[in-house]
Amino acid sequence: MPRLFAIFALLFGAALPASAKDVHDTVSTFLLDNGMEVVVIEDHRAPAVVHMVWYRAGSSDEPRGSSGIAHFLEHLMFKGTTTREAGEFGRIVAANGGRDNAFTSFDYTGYFQRVAADRLGLMMEMEADRMVNLQLTPEDILTEREVIIEERNQRVENDPGALFREQRRAAQYLNHPYGVPIIGWRHEMEELDMDDAMAFYDRFYAPNNAILIVAGDVTADEVRVLAQEHYGPLPANPDLTPRMRADEPPQLAERRMVFEDPRVAQPYVMRTYLAPERDPGEQEKAAALTLLAEVLGGGQTSVLTRKLQFETQQAVYTSAFYSGTSLDDTNFGLIIVPSEGIDLPAAEAALDQAVAEFLDEGVDAAQLERIKFQLRAQQIYARDNADRLARRYGRALTAGLTVADVQAWPDILQAVTEEDILAAAREVFDRKNAVTGYLTGPSTPEVTQ
Amino acid sequence: MKAFLLTISLAVAALPAWAEIKIQEVTSPNGFEAWLVQEPSIPFVSLELRFRGGASLDAPGKRGATNLMVGLLEEGSGDLDARGFAEATEALAARFDYDVGDDAVAVSASFLTENRDEAVALLRESLVNPRFDEDAVERVRAQVLTGIRQDAKDPDTIVGAQFDALVFGDHPYGTAYEGTLDSVAGLTRDDLIAAHRGVMARDRVYIAAAGDISADELGALIDTLLSDLPETGLKQPADIAVETTAGVTVVPFDTPQSVAVFGHVGLERDHPDFFTAFVMNQALGGGGFEARLMNEVREKRGLTYGIYSYLVPKDHAHLLMGRVASANDRIAETIEVVSDEWRKMATEGVTEDELARVKTYLTGAYPLRFDGNGPIARILVGMQMDDLSPDYVVTRNAKVEAVTLEDVQRVATELLQPEALRFVVVGQPEGLEDTPSQ
Repeated sequence: MPRLFAIFALLFGAALPASAKDVHDTVSTFLLDNGMEVVVIEDHRAPAVVHMVWYRAGSSDEPRGSSGIAHFLEHLMFKGTTTREAGEFGRIVAANGGRDNAFTSFDYTGYFQRVAADRLGLMMEMEADRMVNLQLTPEDILTEREVIIEERNQRVENDPGALFREQRRAAQYLNHPYGVPIIGWRHEMEELDMDDAMAFYDRFYAPNNAILIVAGDVTADEVRVLAQEHYGPLPANPDLTPRMRADEPPQLAERRMVFEDPRVAQPYVMRTYLAPERDPGEQEKAAALTLLAEVLGGGQTSVLTRKLQFETQQAVYTSAFYSGTSLDDTNFGLIIVPSEGIDLPAAEAALDQAVAEFLDEGVDAAQLERIKFQLRAQQIYARDNADRLARRYGRALTAGLTVADVQAWPDILQAVTEEDILAAAREVFDRKNAVTGYLTGPSTPEVTQ
Repeated sequence: MKAFLLTISLAVAALPAWAEIKIQEVTSPNGFEAWLVQEPSIPFVSLELRFRGGASLDAPGKRGATNLMVGLLEEGSGDLDARGFAEATEALAARFDYDVGDDAVAVSASFLTENRDEAVALLRESLVNPRFDEDAVERVRAQVLTGIRQDAKDPDTIVGAQFDALVFGDHPYGTAYEGTLDSVAGLTRDDLIAAHRGVMARDRVYIAAAGDISADELGALIDTLLSDLPETGLKQPADIAVETTAGVTVVPFDTPQSVAVFGHVGLERDHPDFFTAFVMNQALGGGGFEARLMNEVREKRGLTYGIYSYLVPKDHAHLLMGRVASANDRIAETIEVVSDEWRKMATEGVTEDELARVKTYLTGAYPLRFDGNGPIARILVGMQMDDLSPDYVVTRNAKVEAVTLEDVQRVATELLQPEALRFVVVGQPEGLEDTPSQ
């Protein structure tokens, strides 16, 4: 497959959230007295572990006007504490042959280290330390703020596709903070300060707002002992309140946008709809949407690929994407990259026609069976990667789901029928909830020499 | 005939106690050699194939032929057209990935134990009997052309392409393996057939597997998969000596952040000083916040989100390179800091403390790479291409430990050449003079 495919897969990440039934035997979960949730995934093939702490705090939990503070704090967590110098955390991990990093999203912030199994206690000791003892200097703030602005330059400002997706997301949400970029709006990032960082830290970084996930060559009992020793003594935050985000009002009007940038070489159309997410105990609709995305856009035999790339040849690339693991309403998206000579309105019309035909024709039974078999196979492949499994649990638990929900998910996916998929499609494809975006070069061609 | 076996059992002597990684050297009945780590606890296998030469074997005037050919391997073969092949692959839940690079075509496959024979038969057709149907060729060609147009406006790609053109000139390394709009438009079905025959040959294939399969089973599998490929193919390209001069090459591009690639000549993978250079580079610009470039450019000055340097031992050339991005009004300062650090390490080498930290990191991190069937198979096939023996996984950390402060000082002085350090910058950099490279 040529590179274009890989590029888009990377950008839009419409991967199937697979799960692994056989893996369930290896997963244990318990709660510390201070409210810290613990998940242990055993994999004894190699004497390594990944140690992760996930906070139920992401960019969508930020105070209005301080966009980017969740991610900025994630960077600052690698500075000093009352017991350790700036950078010492990373130095100790490296000196033990480990790797560490962190990530921020809308619903969570996570920190991880991958080390030899016998270093787990040391990692816990250090992670517990920075959960409560962070100590920042004014220089940390000034220098690291430059770093996150360069990060924004690299990820967003230098990439018209990223700018387009940022604008698209802002248009998708009329009121909910999912419309604000994780990395922050540049003008607000420039103003972030020590008080913003420490306020977010004090509010959200506490054991009763954290999930510990350990995956690898370790038993649940060993983790319990170590976790009680290192995280057990930390006090819960008594002022922690349930996560309240502003709800979306009814969306009554489709939003349409054209983003022009001279750096765009290949125009395309992206349409997203507001879509329901997986809810605890109620994952059926999300499962149907997950399969809908696969049926429409999951690879070479999918409906959009067949109709638009193979049959009419109006597109060089098409995709459908949906990620149901989200605390609040998520998106279902469609993309068409038109063939040469097809303009964006014609491409959009072709996309709409293909979807309309699909709703008429229904789901190909053989395709659905192949998708379900692949999902079952993923339960085998998934066992090869304990890190990925750990992340799946982290994303789900910070999106309000339970371990039981994660473990029920594969069976719920298998139970989805053609009728479920078509019903979900009819419900989600409502243009009043949609943003339709064109990414294109300037309408007036630049004068060339 | 029973597969011939030579098993090397290794207890990797790393910092933490480490598990045994048993690498079996398998010779198939038809004489293919492969490395295997048998790990039966999960019922699937990861298989890695490499065909040495890759896109550098493109015939004159046919730039992009290998890339397009590889893109078509999964677009119809044997009795199946593109959709038929995709349906069959999905029905088996097999995962086939075909990739191309300057020095190799890479095929990565994972398949379930329960339908292994069917998966291998399907994979074989894609390697041995690709159809290159006209409609598939046109469809994939359009995708490749789209990618080329995007690359032409992507600062990250432009900077790499400009650097390659500067140092490699008209060697195959000097141009993008995707080809140009013109060269790809001109490729014919015959060109693809010739590329397939010339690149995917038995005399240049490297094989590794990890997972739920025995040595005998692997031997038979390989024979099924590869025996019908041609015995030999195209001649490998010539080596090229890298020569650069200090200075900056600016490629104007209207974007807020300048992207820079920098470098000069490096060391061959089999050079006796390669390990020392590898250790030195880890202290200079290897991963992590410990490295000097990251510390000086990001941690102290906030000039970038990330900066790295790396040795690039290709089959026919070797480089020491680096990469960084800073806002247009700050890239000049970044380049100054990088040049200073280059000079400083060339003169003073590294400190005892740095060397000790780099060693503990490298030796401790090495065994953590062997995490899963896919990664293990990839490491094994890479070792073969680098002409290493299976016991390298044991001796590697000892080689790291053996590097002395004096070694690093000597190699730093020889390898780091501030007078040859060339920067290529794409963006609208402020305060940077373009200095001709010759």
